[in-house]
Amino acid sequence: MTYRFKTPLTWADVTPKPAFLNRRQLMAGAAALMATPALARLTYTPSGYSTDEAPNTFEEITGYNNFYEFGTGKEDPKNNSGAFTTDPWAVQIDGLVERPGSYDLADILGGVALEERIYRLRCVEAWSMVVPWIGFQLSTLLDRVGVQPGAKFVAFETVTRPEEMPGQRRAILDWPYREGLRIDEAMNPLTILATGLYGEEMPKQNGAPIRLVVPWKYGFKSIKSIVRISLTEGEPPATWKQMQGSEYGFYANVNPEVDHPRWSQASERRVGAGLFAGRVPTQMFNGYGDEVAGLYAGMDLAKNY
Amino acid sequence: MRGWTLQRTTEATAPAPDLATRFNGALRRVPVWAVYGLGVLPAVWLFWQAATNTLGIDPVREIEHRLGELGLQFIVGGLVVTPLRRIAGLNLLRFRRAIGLIAFFYVLAHLAAWLVLDMGMLWGQVAADIWKRPYITMGMAGFLMLLPLALTSNNWSIRKLGGARWRLLHKLVYPAALAGAVHYLWLVKAWPVEPFLYLGGIIALLAIRVWFARGR
Repeated sequence: MTYRFKTPLTWADVTPKPAFLNRRQLMAGAAALMATPALARLTYTPSGYSTDEAPNTFEEITGYNNFYEFGTGKEDPKNNSGAFTTDPWAVQIDGLVERPGSYDLADILGGVALEERIYRLRCVEAWSMVVPWIGFQLSTLLDRVGVQPGAKFVAFETVTRPEEMPGQRRAILDWPYREGLRIDEAMNPLTILATGLYGEEMPKQNGAPIRLVVPWKYGFKSIKSIVRISLTEGEPPATWKQMQGSEYGFYANVNPEVDHPRWSQASERRVGAGLFAGRVPTQMFNGYGDEVAGLYAGMDLAKNY
Repeated sequence: MRGWTLQRTTEATAPAPDLATRFNGALRRVPVWAVYGLGVLPAVWLFWQAATNTLGIDPVREIEHRLGELGLQFIVGGLVVTPLRRIAGLNLLRFRRAIGLIAFFYVLAHLAAWLVLDMGMLWGQVAADIWKRPYITMGMAGFLMLLPLALTSNNWSIRKLGGARWRLLHKLVYPAALAGAVHYLWLVKAWPVEPFLYLGGIIALLAIRVWFARGR
């Protein structure tokens, strides 16, 4: 190979990676600060549950997702969430709990230590990302409010605010968005309530100010902008299951062997990997089988999809 | 625009030089290659955006969807020619072959984008999807129906087949258009508006033909 021009620069002149990464982070931080002055850096510790895969960029995570409350397009959440207000925010915790009540967000966050959890996210539409969430284990909150022995499920509900969420002005889904977990799934250490990503407060379009993240399930289980958590005895309603039960089940575990009726779940496209990156095989339980496979021992996962 | 409206109102009172006739006269001076030229512009634009990385967060999906939608749009464009002639007297027949071939070009490019960019040439999964996924089966069926139409869109084929048989063959565009619209509707989650618009438009354009065929 011949080089057509000479340069006095050598490899020693190349900006070291930590330096440019840092610079990029500063720029991203500055841009975010200018765009939304409310965003603040969070204090958190790293976690052993994080993957060492490279996370998607802040732009990818915040510019491409599903949040039908703001519209069905992938860019709609970013474009239409400007009017959404997340402060003040309270979460109603009720049902089979010892200490029910309306918990202010600051109160909830006062009792927890935030961690960074870098998780794979697999959408039921067969695309995926890697997201550096900031959050805390759901189990710590449930322990704090006291789960009664009869409680077998946890139900979640998203805020209903059509005046701030244009998608809710149409009956695309049966609002409010609802999701649920079995109690052992909710208590699993992988299950977190996330309040931020990339070290900053949760952007509005990603489910601010507090959302669920269940990394071994399809993304639609990870309900956003939560205003209600109820402990129940029976299986709670889940929006997509109610809408189309033949396609979306209550469990919604990532499973390459159980296809969506209309498309294969055997492989996925990693968003941001490039035009010719192709697909990667989808992993059972999204690669979290060591932590969660035991929850489903003896269950027919083709039936309980 | 204002001039046009003004002209039209004056003509409504004095219908002597028919607007459609004058429009057809002007169209006669438009060469067919100009339609091909306009038809590839969206492809050039898409290619430029892909090359400059301005297609958004997921360029693969954007390329695939835009090509498919362009295919549908040109199919609808081709289906509009006959009703426009019979209802409004506008004669775009000279351009129909170009419109149809451009439609086929976009459908072919859409298929190629799916195979190479989206599926990453995982041929096993491609074959299984064509067989098992109704919306992909439907899309493939639409493509296979368009294939002989594209191959016979030339004067030699018309002579070889004879006008009557050629016209019969090219009625395949009706089921192909329906297959394309159903293919789109079948793949979406929930019920966005666009796929319904395409399906509704195509059904309306076919219904007009049935209406005319029955002698009104």
